[in-house]
Amino acid sequence: MSGVMVDVRGVHKGFGPLKVLRGVDLQVRTGEVTVILGPSGSGKSTLLRAINHLEKVNRGWISIDGELIGYRRSGDKLYELREKDILRQRTHIGFVFQNFNLFPHLTALENIVEAPISALRRPRKAAVVAAERLLERVGLADKAGAYPRQLSGGQQQRVAIARALALEPKVLLFDEPTSALDPELVGEVLDVIKDLTRTGTTMIIVTHEVSFAREVADTVVFLDGGVVVEQGPPASVLDAPQHERTRAFLSKVL
Amino acid sequence: MGNTTKTAPPGAAPIDAGPHRPDHGDLAALKVVPTRHYGRWAAAVAVLVLTAQLTHGLITNPVWEWGVFRSYVLSETIVQAVGLTLQLTAYATALGFTLGTVLAFMRLSRNPVLQTVAWAYIWIFRSIPMIVQLVFWFNLSALYERLGLGIPFGPVFWSIDSNSLIGTMGAALIGLSLHQAAYAAEIVRGGVISVDHGQLEAAAALGIPKLRQIRRIVLPQAMRAILPTAGNEIIGLLKGTSVVYVMAIGELFYQVQVIYGRNGQVIPLLMVATAWYVFLTSVLSVAQYYVERRFARGANRNPPPTPLQRARRFAANLRSAARHDAPVTPVGGGR
Repeated sequence: MSGVMVDVRGVHKGFGPLKVLRGVDLQVRTGEVTVILGPSGSGKSTLLRAINHLEKVNRGWISIDGELIGYRRSGDKLYELREKDILRQRTHIGFVFQNFNLFPHLTALENIVEAPISALRRPRKAAVVAAERLLERVGLADKAGAYPRQLSGGQQQRVAIARALALEPKVLLFDEPTSALDPELVGEVLDVIKDLTRTGTTMIIVTHEVSFAREVADTVVFLDGGVVVEQGPPASVLDAPQHERTRAFLSKVL
Repeated sequence: MGNTTKTAPPGAAPIDAGPHRPDHGDLAALKVVPTRHYGRWAAAVAVLVLTAQLTHGLITNPVWEWGVFRSYVLSETIVQAVGLTLQLTAYATALGFTLGTVLAFMRLSRNPVLQTVAWAYIWIFRSIPMIVQLVFWFNLSALYERLGLGIPFGPVFWSIDSNSLIGTMGAALIGLSLHQAAYAAEIVRGGVISVDHGQLEAAAALGIPKLRQIRRIVLPQAMRAILPTAGNEIIGLLKGTSVVYVMAIGELFYQVQVIYGRNGQVIPLLMVATAWYVFLTSVLSVAQYYVERRFARGANRNPPPTPLQRARRFAANLRSAARHDAPVTPVGGGR
């Protein structure tokens, strides 16, 4: 049995009076694909953003590969990490945004090599070779010199996935990667993600694509009202949900 | 221009005469008569007459003294004065925008002390008219006779006479730069906050170091918003350097005044200054166009051609038209 890669314990997060996460517990094993489902406003994105410390949690803790995210423990105290150390931790966590967030003034290739060169101090040549290989893997070998605005939404998201992979992260987080895409472009992005699931990368995917979840997930987590309502293999959560709220949600999206 | 209008050939039926449906098959053969814009023609003629009058006046009115203008416009004194004007502009731009960028990031920082200090600086230096500030710096020695280095509120290790440290030119530069910095700070801050927040999140998620995020991700995108206003500011500064004539610094406007004070040829010498300011501003405007174009990389799917490329393409079309009677590429098109 493989170990736990992502460990989320009792995480609370609120924005002012609005409590988004109310005690989330989640364990993701190394090499497994976890898909998080839930109605909008259930806290899926916030949870994902908390995992790479884009959001600071109010209570609870998160660790990746045994390393606390955002804090350092010394005795019975937790010390907040400096920005520099948080940035270093993030290089182990790939993040793919709903709106791609590619750098519009850099070409596809420059988008991909930026972090390996500046954050991991890789030599430029090696980074470029690796980036070209990644572009090939997402089917965009001929688009290395294109600027993001010259690419379709689906192509942009594939470049964004290559950019996240370039850091060779321990975990890949996808925040609704196909929600901003035209329906006919969703498939090409899902195909790339499906392809990645075969390589044994640990992944957490927030999505609305239930059939995709059924296909790739080792574990499906249903989040509602800021807590994990139900989790388990797709066969049980999607096909035989125990909880009323899960059933209500699935009946709406299926 | 068609004065004679060829309508449908004789014998053909008028288009909508009678209850029969018009035969659209015939329409393609008809000649199209464009609408005549008589109002446009009248307006153009009026404006052209006025322009001709103005030009005629400029050339023939003897008071302009174009001979005097010619003898001074490239004289050594004037060219040197232009050099000084350019120096003041260049240094004040460099210092002003450097300090302005620092102030902008101070205002954007999460440190309340830095925020407040930057805000107060901008408030003060935007409130004091530039000329008042310049005279202040000019009279710095009246305020502090000596300036020194040492422990704050403690002993001073080294000090120097204020006048010999900064001098007139120094005072002018400090005044111009500090004034410019306040405006530059707001321009840079405006550019930075115009960059989509997702860009910073993506950079942070990738673990790109903070300084590199600013230099490589934020500033190049902010430049798109910064440049048009910065161009205004630099051109304003170029002309604003004429204010330092109050400190008797030999820049363009001061030198022109000295000369016409001596020979009484006020109008032609003011024209000398005008011509130079217009020329320098034009050079800056062209430079701005190309700098903006460079920072627009990735903003358009197909960057529009530069005026030079357009002109070349136009010339190529003319040449090929002369040879084959057919254009190679459309003049206005993409790349």
